[in-house]
Amino acid sequence: TELDRQVLELMRDPLTHMVRNSADHGLETPDVRRAAGKPETGVIRLNAYHEGGHILIEVADDGYGLNVTKIREKVLSKGLATEAELAVMSEADVKNFIFRAGFSTAAAVTAISGRGVGMDVVRSNIERIGGTVELTSTLGKGTCFTIKIPLTLAIVSALIVRAHGERFAIPQISVLELVRVGRAGEEGGGMAVERIGATPVLRLRDQLLPLVSLGELLRLDRDDTEPASATVVVTSVGSGTLGILVDDVYDTEEIVVKPVAPILRHVTMFSGNTILGDGSVIMILDPNGVARGAGVSASRAERAAATKSDQGARSDDQTALLLFRAGGDPSPRAVPLSLVARLEDIERGKIETSGGGHVTQYRGKLMPLIAMGPGAPSETAATQPVLVFADGERIMGLMVDTIVDVVHDRLNIELGSGRPGLLGTAVIAGQAAEVLDTGYWLMQAWQDWFGNAQSAQTRKKRLLVVEDSDFFRQLLVPALAAAGYDITAASSATEALRLRDAGLMVDAIVSDIEMPDLDGLGFARCVREGGPWAQLPMIALSGRTSPADEARGREAGFTDYCHKFDRDTVMTSLQQCLNEQVLM
Amino acid sequence: MTTDTERPLASSGDELAFVTLMLADQLCGVPVLGVRDVLADQVIARIPLAPPEVAGNLNLRGRIVTAIDLRERLGLPKRVPGTKAMSIVTEQGSELYALLVDQVSEVLTLRRSAMEANPPTLPAIWAEHSEGIYRLEQKLMVVLSVERLLQLDLAIAA
Repeated sequence: TELDRQVLELMRDPLTHMVRNSADHGLETPDVRRAAGKPETGVIRLNAYHEGGHILIEVADDGYGLNVTKIREKVLSKGLATEAELAVMSEADVKNFIFRAGFSTAAAVTAISGRGVGMDVVRSNIERIGGTVELTSTLGKGTCFTIKIPLTLAIVSALIVRAHGERFAIPQISVLELVRVGRAGEEGGGMAVERIGATPVLRLRDQLLPLVSLGELLRLDRDDTEPASATVVVTSVGSGTLGILVDDVYDTEEIVVKPVAPILRHVTMFSGNTILGDGSVIMILDPNGVARGAGVSASRAERAAATKSDQGARSDDQTALLLFRAGGDPSPRAVPLSLVARLEDIERGKIETSGGGHVTQYRGKLMPLIAMGPGAPSETAATQPVLVFADGERIMGLMVDTIVDVVHDRLNIELGSGRPGLLGTAVIAGQAAEVLDTGYWLMQAWQDWFGNAQSAQTRKKRLLVVEDSDFFRQLLVPALAAAGYDITAASSATEALRLRDAGLMVDAIVSDIEMPDLDGLGFARCVREGGPWAQLPMIALSGRTSPADEARGREAGFTDYCHKFDRDTVMTSLQQCLNEQVLM
Repeated sequence: MTTDTERPLASSGDELAFVTLMLADQLCGVPVLGVRDVLADQVIARIPLAPPEVAGNLNLRGRIVTAIDLRERLGLPKRVPGTKAMSIVTEQGSELYALLVDQVSEVLTLRRSAMEANPPTLPAIWAEHSEGIYRLEQKLMVVLSVERLLQLDLAIAA
């Protein structure tokens, strides 16, 4: 979420202040929290997103919540309102007194906050840039401040498209990809739009993508004959995807979003309008609004996903996999796409030899190139396809023969591999493919790839990894072990609980969410219920990390929630959790 | 063609200045103080799904102005295609609106006391947006309330 510098500067102080406030007034001390039956560690969550022409920033804590009775007393003692006035005020009005000058709800003044110069300054700062701040609070559950800033000052990159002769802007942030398609029923290269009844759909890599025709949705008149081809703008809507069918795609432009006139606010398909470089005024589409207009309810999709996970079904346990050929072997190899930083074609001439290995200059740095077998780098081809893996400062390239495709499929390794560098064989998109052991190849390039600066730890921290998928266990365990942890692995939650009852003690637990029988959420609840592990930090790993999933995870008792492949986050999160534990 | 608000003609004491305009052969007036610009025919970008009164958006020196077709707003017959419209730009709540009319004529200074109440038989749509009537020598002039003309939300809700 990008903002004007001017807005950013004005927002910095209020935000810092609000976070401090939440930490100081909002959260209770560990003793009080324990007495209230909450986890000892309080959580302050910051969240920023676009919605309906505004940028919303939420600062939420899970502390006391506002005490209306206390505020009433304070208002009276400060003489800000009379008892009669207070009697007719709604709770929300009373709560809003905290925005008045000289008002502090904390009983004591501390070094962090409570000096009464606070929320009034926050509010006036936000109002200066045309924003509003609202608060919701439940006593004992916490407080949530929502700052709403008009997008007016926001600059976004947008894709300019044409439908039925009119131009529209689609914010780039929600565009996943563009697919060129032929019209229904037409033969010829590329994909074609098919129809179920009157509803257009597109087969996109084994998925059925719902389409909406922008022109029809906006009830535009056709001004010309139907073009021979069209473009589908694949957008992410809530937790699903939606294809928007347009006639043409022009270019991307950096646009300044201006809100629509108040009399047009009810047209939810637009999040704003803007003036293009050529002086014309165009409307900015809100893909969520388009989805609503087309009858695709994002919440419905989310609900469906939730039901699925409740049933323990694992149908959405699909992974984007990159298929490629390497080492002159005709059978394809696969690697989870999210592990690959970039795909590059490096010119043959730019590959140099150094210290017996191949290197190339890449983005101002020297990148070691590892061959997956004989025949790489290719002597004949002009360019060498390379999968780039990156981790912080270090990058490495894996030279492959050809990149075949990206497919979405379940990764289920069925045959183990005796060969180093390969985890085993899985059936991917109906074909047997060997799955790459990324860890092995990274180690080839950098002996200390996983060994970054863990020396500060005097004693090896013990971790319990609960993960049912062999693949992820094999991916995670060596990585964590290399980072200096002592690992115990369990292939199911039941097994993990058995280990607990057998007296195993660890410092932290890393657990998958989607598991058969007892899933991660259930496992977390079991652990939190009591026993020797009840206070341990627990990190959830999941393929799905929408805010709703994350909230469910935290509710079940997880300390943190990470994406499965995001090793950096997992590591950081682990370190944080363990450090906090030491401090407590 | 852009004429600036003519300050000397502003209402002083008993006098009120109006910009007169033509709408389907009816002479109307709006208070000159509320008028920011008068524009000749403009390129107006349509807004899909907008209420019919909203003709679209236009770009006035880098600001987006919402154009309201007063013929649609007052339930008058549609403009003959091809005829050019003029617009009167006015500001409300820091938003700019362009009122599309057939023709903008002149600025008249009239006595406040000479304004007469709407005749009770005036159709509801006119009565709703009219502040009163002036009897000029040749014609009758309807004083339009810009504020009420821009209250589209109510019209939509109704």
